[in-house]
Amino acid sequence: MVKLLLLRRMKNIYADIFTCFAKIGAFTLGGGYAMMPIIQKEVVEKKRWINEEDFMDVIAISQSAPGILAVNISIFIGYRLRGVKGSIVATLGSILPSFVIILLIAMFFTSYSHNETVIKIFQGIRPAVVALIAVPVVNMARSAKLNIYTGALAAATAAAIIFLHVSPIYILLTVGTVYLAAEYIIRRRGGAGK
Amino acid sequence: MIYLELFYTFFIIGIFTFGGGYAMLSLIQNEVVVKHAWLTAHQFTDIVAISQMTPGPIGINSATYVGYTVTGNVFGSALATIAITLPSFIIILTICRIFAKFREGRGFNSIMKILRPVVIGMIAAAAGILVTKENFIDLYSVIIFVAAFVAGQWLKVSPILTIIIAGAVGLLIY
Repeated sequence: MVKLLLLRRMKNIYADIFTCFAKIGAFTLGGGYAMMPIIQKEVVEKKRWINEEDFMDVIAISQSAPGILAVNISIFIGYRLRGVKGSIVATLGSILPSFVIILLIAMFFTSYSHNETVIKIFQGIRPAVVALIAVPVVNMARSAKLNIYTGALAAATAAAIIFLHVSPIYILLTVGTVYLAAEYIIRRRGGAGK
Repeated sequence: MIYLELFYTFFIIGIFTFGGGYAMLSLIQNEVVVKHAWLTAHQFTDIVAISQMTPGPIGINSATYVGYTVTGNVFGSALATIAITLPSFIIILTICRIFAKFREGRGFNSIMKILRPVVIGMIAAAAGILVTKENFIDLYSVIIFVAAFVAGQWLKVSPILTIIIAGAVGLLIY
């Protein structure tokens, strides 16, 4: 009896994690940064699964680790609640709504993509989408306070990808390695000086 | 074979995604449009449009969509979606285990600082690569582009509303 009750409670927490993140996944348009305040409201204020300060840590790590922000946050919070199992349940919850919706659209849209009305609508939409991608470039450049060197790095990255078809992966790896090597050398010299 | 390639491609994309969805677009585009030619530039633009109008992260949305379009079945779609989240899983769980008290994201933060200009360049490239003859068919396209940019940059119109209006304009003028 006790065992059954315990089992039921355990099941409940997983179901709870799943529904909570599924809800977040289903109702947030616009990806990671738009999702953050909603995750905070659900997880910190409503469920009280973690406190405000810990949530800030979760965000900081999730932002600096590679991957999709919203997914990183769900993995992290799921893990803190119920270990690896919790993190799997939270992630499945957060990606399932968009998975189902996009799958339906993919199935549907391919058969409608030759429809004249759909073609007209998307002819109007496409240039707008290019503009929507361009907008954060300006905002990010401003908030990152690019100087001549970092600005040149950004421009060189864009040019290498657009005109030379260099994979962004190689650029990330090269810049990251050079930076780490430079920092290592500077640190060693500093250490030797003392 | 196509499944293995799909898995590998999205797994790599998952590893190298720094700086959010828009930066990821550049990676996905490079792999899916330029390298593998699984989609054309205008198909890719359509996915971005659809991602903007539907809930969920843009990375997940594109993985699901590309997985389905490339293989034509649900399995391919699920495989790509799992592949893109798997690196996050491994990395975050490792961080959780190593730093039980996880306040030392310092090394990460300093490398993020130097990668930020690269990420900005990547997003600019994501937009730049989509400036094709398929996406910009005439002068109206250019006008829509400028109007959408102004709407997003200065008038703070939401992306969804911008896309809906652009779609309506397309229906009217074409």
